[in-house]
Amino acid sequence: MATITREWLLTESPGSRLQARAGRAYRVTLALLRNPLAVIGGLIVLLLVILAVFAPFFATHSPYVGVLTDRLKPPSAEFWLGSDELGRDIWSRIVYGARITLTIVLLVAAIAAPLGMVIGAISGYIGGWTDRILMGFTDIFLSMPKLILALAFVAALGPGIENAVIAIAITSWPAYARIARAETLTLRNSEFISAVRLQGASVARIIVRHVLPLLTSSVIVRVTLDMAGIILTAAGLGFLGLGAQPPLPEWGAMISRGRSFILDQWWVATMPGFAIVIVSLGFCFLGDGLRDVLDPKSGNRQ
Amino acid sequence: MSAISLRNVQVSYGDTRVVEDLSLDVAQGECFGLVGESGSGKSTVLRAITGLAPDWTGQIELFGQPRGKTIDREFAALCQMVFQDPYGSLHPRQTVDATLSEPLAIHGIGDADRLVPEMMTACGLDPKFRFRLPHQLSGGQRQRVAIARALMLKPKILLLDEPTSALDVSVQAEILNLLKRLRREQNLTYILVTHDLPVVSFLCDRLAVMQQGRIVEIAPVSALKSGNMSHAYSRELVAKSADRVAG
Amino acid sequence: MSAPLLEVENLRVRFPTPTGPVDVVRGISFTLGRERLGIVGESGSGKSMTGRSILRLIRPPGEVTADRLRFEGRDLLDIPERDMRKVRGARISMIMQDPKFSLNPVMTVGQQIGEALAVHERLPRRQIRTRVLEMLEAVQIRDPERVFGLYPHEVSGGMGQRVMIAMMLIPEPSILIADEPTSALDVSVQGEVLRLMNDLISRKGMGLIFISHDLHLVSQFCDRILVMYRGRNVEECAAGDLDKATHPYTRGLLASVPRMNETRDELPVLERGDWENS
Repeated sequence: MATITREWLLTESPGSRLQARAGRAYRVTLALLRNPLAVIGGLIVLLLVILAVFAPFFATHSPYVGVLTDRLKPPSAEFWLGSDELGRDIWSRIVYGARITLTIVLLVAAIAAPLGMVIGAISGYIGGWTDRILMGFTDIFLSMPKLILALAFVAALGPGIENAVIAIAITSWPAYARIARAETLTLRNSEFISAVRLQGASVARIIVRHVLPLLTSSVIVRVTLDMAGIILTAAGLGFLGLGAQPPLPEWGAMISRGRSFILDQWWVATMPGFAIVIVSLGFCFLGDGLRDVLDPKSGNRQ
Repeated sequence: MSAISLRNVQVSYGDTRVVEDLSLDVAQGECFGLVGESGSGKSTVLRAITGLAPDWTGQIELFGQPRGKTIDREFAALCQMVFQDPYGSLHPRQTVDATLSEPLAIHGIGDADRLVPEMMTACGLDPKFRFRLPHQLSGGQRQRVAIARALMLKPKILLLDEPTSALDVSVQAEILNLLKRLRREQNLTYILVTHDLPVVSFLCDRLAVMQQGRIVEIAPVSALKSGNMSHAYSRELVAKSADRVAG
Repeated sequence: MSAPLLEVENLRVRFPTPTGPVDVVRGISFTLGRERLGIVGESGSGKSMTGRSILRLIRPPGEVTADRLRFEGRDLLDIPERDMRKVRGARISMIMQDPKFSLNPVMTVGQQIGEALAVHERLPRRQIRTRVLEMLEAVQIRDPERVFGLYPHEVSGGMGQRVMIAMMLIPEPSILIADEPTSALDVSVQGEVLRLMNDLISRKGMGLIFISHDLHLVSQFCDRILVMYRGRNVEECAAGDLDKATHPYTRGLLASVPRMNETRDELPVLERGDWENS
């Protein structure tokens, strides 16, 4: 087994598929690290993941249990970000809330992105009536305002995280389908696609093995940039009481509860608000950095 | 029986007729040149044979078998194509190994680990390039990969669409030599489309001159070499090729 | 023999890369008088970079250095960008390969040529229009009035290149740099465009730098030839003396091109030795 050194990764003549792939990933990472904003974004996202995974280590108190005599205390040594109306530590609730945020964001991305990519690729490659029908279907979802559709869905199925995830995923996939279709249209007539057709490949094989891999870059960038919007939509649903239900420490719901005290005990609503802003910014910076690195049009073919 | 036979072939792109009433025969083992300027329809003839331009009428036969409008595995094993642009004809995210294994995988042929390096060597590619991506290869190397890919299924016919036009002069000679050698070794039949007459002189046995979708002359390459083409347009092309500045 | 229009000495162009700086042009020197100089090389030879660096079109992180880069006696390297803009287009012009990409697709032909003039001379609109129409006639475009209003996608490749020439010659520069001006054109059209360029250049007494990969073409069209290989100038000779070329790269190039009356079974292939030292 060759030692994984910088030389091994950057070699001009990789000796195996694994080496070629690792080398590419390394080059992408190096390019990303050159962009300071992307580094900041990456660190924020990494912090989110660490907080979520190791929540019990970072929380100072229980996120669910509070002593009423401790209610609405300002930030102090005991309650780092203050306490809410039930005496629960806000910092600990935010840390555990990171789990919920991360879960929602990852599930939505895992459902919406592949679904959108596949529909868009099939639509763009096959064309004709398939394209018209699939895109008509996509347009129906695209034309509905995200939050309202999510609301309607949740109202029909009942509140809760799972339904919130499904609702947001349903409104997110059309954008990826459109991106995938647009890129597929430009790729469809490339000579390398013609070459594979001439080898007798089936349409399914061409789409799966030759078209989809070329779409991943744009979709990854778009998903990362969309994360902020997904977080905000989830927070919006939570704010309206339709997402995660109490006593779960979902950030949007926390802001909603803190509304009544906003003038005197501003920290109850504002701290989760900051959390949302910082995490959204982190994803935006990271997404921007990824786009500069992965977008072939910017000339940086990695 | 000729390897390739075209009778009264007409090809259209949408409403435009690009190739008119074209007939020609190519014998097995022959290299047939198809020359003309851009817009003459020469590349379109190849696309019609392969099925990439399916809007054609007339008869096309390969080794006596009539050609349809679709691309199936049988056709793929018989006839392959090498494209002009070495930068566009390779999948940008697939290594040389993946590109060369793909035709084998599609046809259920195993033993890629032996066949791929074998073909690379046969086409003058160092096997150490096996896991490189296209952007890590030079233009000449990419074109060798394209040729290797076309030969993986051991076809009898190779359609070459301006295979060296996008290459540097010094690299062109290597690729032309390679094509000549491969044809001899594997008794391949070529149709070579090009605007470059000296290339025809080097590689081909016979040639056809196309103008605006029609063949104006078919001649043996000796006529080209001795400057004895019959049709006025052919003579014009030869003259302009030889001396581009004087009147 | 008049003073040279352009003097270049030890020109270097350097680009930083993740694995260290790369010199694309490595110290070439030449002069240009009122003549046609051909710079020939393959891809990677640095010929296009040479053309661009004369006009200071290379942006950071690319670095251009030279011991001397003088145009009509004036230094070009260190003058501020504002002064360089007065040189570009007005005194030294450049035509590029493919009019599909070098012409602005949303402006008409007449507007673009007019702009090239308006940038450098203050003239009333009617006079600009007259000059543009005159120029269109000078590049042998029949029916200049009609072509004036056409968009680039409505004209053929050959005509597009003529429009490019009109645009670049209308401010009456002293030097024209042509970077592969006929490579994207059909053989039959190439001859016409070259004859046109030749005509205009000799009439106005301009200097021409003709950059190309086509050794044969350059030898027919130019007076002097410079052969570049990997950033260095490996051969310099009069066009008529090309068959007496001494450098192995040049001889190799000449030999490896197929001929109309080709009798060889195999084409000689260039052995890429370390010629930089010879």
